[in-house]
Amino acid sequence: MRLEGVSKSYQHRGQLVTALDNASLQITPGDYIAVVGPSGSGKSTLLLVLGGMLAPSSGRAFLNGQSLYDLSPDERAAVRRRKVGFVFQTFNLVPYLTALENVQIPLYLAGLDPAAQRERAAALLQRVGLAERLDHKPSELSIGQQQRVALARVLANDPELILADEPTGNLDPETGLQILDLLDDLNREGRTIVMVTHDPGAAGRARRILRLMNGRILADADARVPVVG
Amino acid sequence: MKLRTLVWREMFERKNQLATSFLAILLGIAVVVSIRNITYFSNKAVARELDALGANILVLPKSASIQDYYSADLQTDAFPEEYVDRLTFSDLAGLDNLSPKLSVPVQIQGRNFTLTGILPKSEFQAKAMWSGAGIFSRPAEGCGTVADIPGAFKPPAQETLVRQRVVEDLTAEEALVGADVAALLSLKEGGSLEVAGRRFSITAVLPQTGTVDDSRIFAHLHTVQEAAGKGPVINAIEIIGCCNEISAGLVDKINKLLPEAKVVTISQVVQTQVNTNQMMSRLSMVFIGIIVLVGGASIANYMYANVYERRREIGTLMALGAGSSVILRMFLLKALLLGTAGGIGGFILGTILAVVLGPRLAGIPILPMPALLAWAMGLSLLIALAASYLPARRAARLDPCATLQEV
Repeated sequence: MRLEGVSKSYQHRGQLVTALDNASLQITPGDYIAVVGPSGSGKSTLLLVLGGMLAPSSGRAFLNGQSLYDLSPDERAAVRRRKVGFVFQTFNLVPYLTALENVQIPLYLAGLDPAAQRERAAALLQRVGLAERLDHKPSELSIGQQQRVALARVLANDPELILADEPTGNLDPETGLQILDLLDDLNREGRTIVMVTHDPGAAGRARRILRLMNGRILADADARVPVVG
Repeated sequence: MKLRTLVWREMFERKNQLATSFLAILLGIAVVVSIRNITYFSNKAVARELDALGANILVLPKSASIQDYYSADLQTDAFPEEYVDRLTFSDLAGLDNLSPKLSVPVQIQGRNFTLTGILPKSEFQAKAMWSGAGIFSRPAEGCGTVADIPGAFKPPAQETLVRQRVVEDLTAEEALVGADVAALLSLKEGGSLEVAGRRFSITAVLPQTGTVDDSRIFAHLHTVQEAAGKGPVINAIEIIGCCNEISAGLVDKINKLLPEAKVVTISQVVQTQVNTNQMMSRLSMVFIGIIVLVGGASIANYMYANVYERRREIGTLMALGAGSSVILRMFLLKALLLGTAGGIGGFILGTILAVVLGPRLAGIPILPMPALLAWAMGLSLLIALAASYLPARRAARLDPCATLQEV
């Protein structure tokens, strides 16, 4: 994954807001990056650009050498389906579907038949410790269980890049640790993880820390790998 | 997991909002089905009533008036019987029954009666078959008459004559007598009667009609022509014309075909039915227009609200890799289900309303019309899909990051 001079600005109540300012970044496969910085520093915008969800005002974003924003929206959706997994702070589970069905969504989008979807989704939920909660709807699960369903859903299509936005922000410390342990496991499996967090403990698990300020990527003093940009 | 699982579950998750939209389309379709059902049977009933009245077009000699015809039916002028052949072999559509007549005054036991010669229908049909064309090979549609079914029950001759001015068969020695004639001369069915020097066997005594027919004796046209010594002439042709064709100018066409004769129509009766048909048809169209607007607006409103409410869900699906076509199909499938349910439900409710309320409102029996199911489904689906297309397209074009504000 590579960003080259990416800037993103937009108009808000008549004023030009710069969310990202000439950000360049190289992410190697299997990296584990924590993105930190104050609110409004551009962390979320960075995640969206990396995930092919937000076209930059200038600059380019590459995934596996492919320029993401030279693709059509539907082609970018296909890239996300195959290679990218999003973890949201509020989990974003579909409220009227069961845990099993929520995990089946990416598998359905990938074109698997229903029986194969069910088999794989059940195995993933078992992996995150929810084998007994397959038919529970999100409202019938605890907050921690909901985030684990969301993680199982991210893993459904075996993504190489996981983009997590405050994955422990809504969790109690103990459940937060369980989720971070899961993310550590996923990184050990070779997946690249980019995690936005305000939690220094969570950031401390990453091998690399990016600090953002006013849309610019700063070389952080605690960064273990030098940052380009 | 299939797309329909996603759609089905969501519909039941927010069933209260869905119910309002479903109710709008259900009631709309029910009203239209009900109106069309009642209108159809009402038109049939009116047509049957008109049919029972008898002829609605008269071909008379130029000098005769319609008042003359109904007061006595005894015109001094006559026209050739060949006019009947012209009509029989013409390409005019909408002629249901032809009844040529020649009426002459007769005296029996010192009393004045009318001897009326009529031509049985079997003779027209034979002529038409010989020529291989003509009006009997083009049965009129929608006139309220019922096609002959081989082996089916046929009404007795007197009923057919009184109602349709036609008898199927009549030999040269047979006669049918009006109710007054039978009463005054003490005649009975199976008896005999001597008129104008000829003896006839009485095949039927006609029921009382309250018209000049009660003092008529009906015999074969050619027998009456011989008795009158006037040659092959007649002085009236009574026609039952299809009302739709009459309003489409049938009378003018007959006038062109028979320029030497006078063609008149019982315009008020015909016009009443034509007006009724047109009014019901227009009313139905007005209702369809209202239904399309109200039902469509309701569904569109519901769909827009649904898209707005599900922005985060749509964004999540897009983040998981759903393309715009998946989102579009998700909403259109929902519209399809809504339209199908509305169409079927509306048909059932509308049919029940028509069957229950029809006899009370219109005074006629109403039967379910399965053909309206396809019609109801088509209209319902059209409304649901058309009203949902723009909201569905908007959903498919949503900016995923605007829907995921937390990221």
